[in-house]
Amino acid sequence: MASEFLDQFDREVQPPYLHEAYKSTLLRAPLQPLVVPPKKEITRSGPLFKDFNLGALDHDLTKNSVKDGEAIGERIVVHGKVTNEKGHPLPHTLIELWQANSAGRYVHKVDQHDAPLDPNFLGTGRCMTDAHGNYKFYTIKPGAYPWGNHPNAWRPNHIHFSLFGGNITSRLITQMYFPGDPLFEHDPIFKAVPPKGRELLISKFDLSITEPNFALGYRFDIVLRGKHATPFENL
Amino acid sequence: MSDTLKKQTPSQTIGPYFAYGLTPQQYGYAYDSLADNDMTRGLTNITPITITGTVYEGSGNAIDDAMVELWQDDGEHKLFGRYGTGTDEGNTFTFTTIKPKPVNGEAPYINVILFMRGQLLHSYTRIYFSDEAELNQTDALLQSIDKDRRQTLIAEKNGEGYTFNIHMQGTKETVFFEI
Repeated sequence: MASEFLDQFDREVQPPYLHEAYKSTLLRAPLQPLVVPPKKEITRSGPLFKDFNLGALDHDLTKNSVKDGEAIGERIVVHGKVTNEKGHPLPHTLIELWQANSAGRYVHKVDQHDAPLDPNFLGTGRCMTDAHGNYKFYTIKPGAYPWGNHPNAWRPNHIHFSLFGGNITSRLITQMYFPGDPLFEHDPIFKAVPPKGRELLISKFDLSITEPNFALGYRFDIVLRGKHATPFENL
Repeated sequence: MSDTLKKQTPSQTIGPYFAYGLTPQQYGYAYDSLADNDMTRGLTNITPITITGTVYEGSGNAIDDAMVELWQDDGEHKLFGRYGTGTDEGNTFTFTTIKPKPVNGEAPYINVILFMRGQLLHSYTRIYFSDEAELNQTDALLQSIDKDRRQTLIAEKNGEGYTFNIHMQGTKETVFFEI
């Protein structure tokens, strides 16, 4: 079956392009049927940053942008494993991260939320999975923030993740949420994911990685699209 | 078999505030960028080309918060570029790259991945080239697409560069791929 071989998006868990409750999709979702190209071409996809040289503090968002003090908020450590759909670890996969600060404010110039910026926190970083597909980074727990989708709309606390994996089909941008957030049921971006997929976006509190007197730990495992070892390079 | 598979982590939108994380230097933030719109850096003996375009939403407005990634690999050069549509006049994007060589007799193309607020899942399209008319005529994938829609995949030679506009919807909706 072509669909089996192509490792397509799993529509049981992936959100649709058009989701009316998330209003920005109305003018931005492709409306014509997608075209399926021949599978053999998928391997030609460009570099994958396996050898990217991380900065010494890229993996520590609490420290990588300090100016004259410490970043304010609740320190957390986030870890997890990145695998393909067969559960095989994906080593040396670059992860890019960005998020709001503890007050729910993004550094981005367009963010007009009336909450304080933190001069010692930019809210961006990177890490790489190790030889076993594991990653870990330190940050400040992001705050919830309001947005204009509907009256009194608030986004649940989340961290943005961007991953490359083995080729262009494994490319993923997603958001990691925190357990028990009361905003889940009111958030059309989270709820655009079919019910089967939603819990996959929620990190788990993890005492085993929690650092005594320092930072709470969360675990967030990530599964990138792909099942085939060759010729897709994604192990 | 399939029940032993893990479920894919669902995609979520890049949102409106990706710039300081994914394209920081372009937008003037104090963090180094992974990549930018010059894909030819460090290459020698090449003929650079520029590709410029605008991403339009269904209303016809230019989108000012999309992120465009170009991925290309012709066996000789594996190149990657990334640019946001929020800094240039008219919210355009521009890349400097090289035209890939044809592989296996197919028309040369560059993969495009598009991310934006309002997309819960990124979109894939391709850039073909108007001055490769002969190969475009015989390319199986291009020829499998209706003629009027095929044109949306072909960057128009424009002096020294190419123009490639992307329409998310409407009569000129770009062909997007399920890959």
